[in-house]
Amino acid sequence: MANKISDETMEYVGILAKLRLSDEEKENAKSDMEKMLDYIDTLNELDTTGVEPMSHVFPVNNVFREDIVENGDGSEDTLANAPLKKEQGFKVPKTIG
Amino acid sequence: MAKQYETVIGLEVHVELATKTKIFCSCSTSFGGAPNTHTCPVCTGMPGSLPVLNKQVVEYAIAIGLAANCEITRMCKFDRKNYFYPDNPQNYQISQLYLPIARNGYVEIETGDTKKKVRIHEMHMEEDAGKLVHDEWDDTSIVDYNRSGVPLVEIVSEPDMRSADEVLAYLEKLRLIIQYLGASDCKLQEGSMRADVNLSVREMGSGKLGTRTEMKNLNSFKAIARAIEGERQRQIELLEEGRAVVQETRRWDDNKEYSYAMRSKEDAQDYRYFPEPDLVPIVIDEAWIEKIKMMQPELRDEKLARYKKEYDIPEYDARIITESKRMADIFEKAAAICNNPKKVSNWLMVETLRLLKESGMEPEGIRFSPENLAKLVKLTDSGDINSSVAKQVFVKMFEENIDPESYVKEHGLSTVSDEGELLAVLEQVIADNPQAAADYKNGKEKALGALVGQTMKAMRGKADPGQVNRRLKELLG
Ligand SMILES: [Zn+2]
Ligand SMILES: [Zn+2]
Repeated sequence: MANKISDETMEYVGILAKLRLSDEEKENAKSDMEKMLDYIDTLNELDTTGVEPMSHVFPVNNVFREDIVENGDGSEDTLANAPLKKEQGFKVPKTIG
Repeated sequence: MAKQYETVIGLEVHVELATKTKIFCSCSTSFGGAPNTHTCPVCTGMPGSLPVLNKQVVEYAIAIGLAANCEITRMCKFDRKNYFYPDNPQNYQISQLYLPIARNGYVEIETGDTKKKVRIHEMHMEEDAGKLVHDEWDDTSIVDYNRSGVPLVEIVSEPDMRSADEVLAYLEKLRLIIQYLGASDCKLQEGSMRADVNLSVREMGSGKLGTRTEMKNLNSFKAIARAIEGERQRQIELLEEGRAVVQETRRWDDNKEYSYAMRSKEDAQDYRYFPEPDLVPIVIDEAWIEKIKMMQPELRDEKLARYKKEYDIPEYDARIITESKRMADIFEKAAAICNNPKKVSNWLMVETLRLLKESGMEPEGIRFSPENLAKLVKLTDSGDINSSVAKQVFVKMFEENIDPESYVKEHGLSTVSDEGELLAVLEQVIADNPQAAADYKNGKEKALGALVGQTMKAMRGKADPGQVNRRLKELLG
């Protein structure tokens, strides 16, 4: 298995994913990610010049909805599993952009 | 000599589309609902839910793209933009990066006497985020997902603007195009149009772009103008001190008239875009584009040109009237009914603008109908009511869209054509004001004014002042 993921990369991915990992978790995640990269390397052995990147398996286009309101008050279901609520909203730690 | 600097500005403008439902689900987009009432599993990012695209969003986007002279991408797709923030329940925003719906357009702007093209790099469709309300009391934020999934288009310009004036002209142009298309109400204050300003400065004549900053949180034309001036000064001062401008996102505080850094490039977001697997591609063929072109209403520039040919009104008035689709619609309909474009234009240019200003309203909020305005013009043309009564009726019409004909009838406001009644009142007024009558007879022209005033008062405004004047002179002559 290739040693592709540096400690800095792990750190950076952690920041992006907003995850605080223990050293052990970091090592595990690193090895999981390296396995994925190995798999990509295998795929890269194929010559794909001239092949359009595929984003969908089915040859289907233009699936649309008409602009008609069909949903009613969904607040009860939406908030059903909220760990904390206040004034019909999700209560979260103070977050300012 | 001091160095001369040039400001280089590009804009990212978000516009909320006027659809009834959200972009990927059938939840309502209407404002003012209690928190989280307009939500469902799709717009709250519940596992297993599937988005389905609102066709009207694509049609509005194509219409805007065409009006802004863009090439429409014949096969476009959605991508996921990944980031973590409580206003974004899916942990990604569905947007378009690789194949946006429109590209390579331009709009023409006018500042003073100069015309110029501002190029549009691309325009894409995406979904809005939820809203965070900060609770200072217990240091928490409350999340409302009613806005989550409301459709937006983001219009990205090239860095073609050089001053705040050009930026405002560009925004005004976009607003007019989009409002005329009916694709959005484009209100900066209410957030249905939002502008992020990318700005850099460079020494005059330099072909190289300087390091730019991005400014957010600009919610009025005035704030945009002030933010541009403030940021321009800040960057020039840095350069003059031999320091570098840091590429970063800054938040403009319009009260303090100062911007501060939100995040710099070092901790820049890395959005890890990838194609959205839950939405199939959109193929836009010639027939669809043609259909939308056919439905395209007359836009502002075309309307202005036509007004010049068709109506005998000053160009300045034509400009003001066409600055609002609502105003232009009222003008054309009312002018067609009463056949007096000049009078209709006067009512709009003088009384309407005055009352709008007084009540802090936008022209789009005008309540009276063109039919009623036409009726009012007819009532004055025929001499049924005099101009002061007309103004009084107009105020009522502006407030409540009353029918001027029935209002005048109900309140007995029409000019009295009954000479007998007028004559009786005139004789009474002369009898009651012997001094004024005598003064006039002795050559004091001014004294007549007092008598006219008394008569109008006694007639409760229903007489025609011209007629009263004439009759008084006859009686006293
Ligand atoms: Zn929904
Ligand atoms: Zn955007």
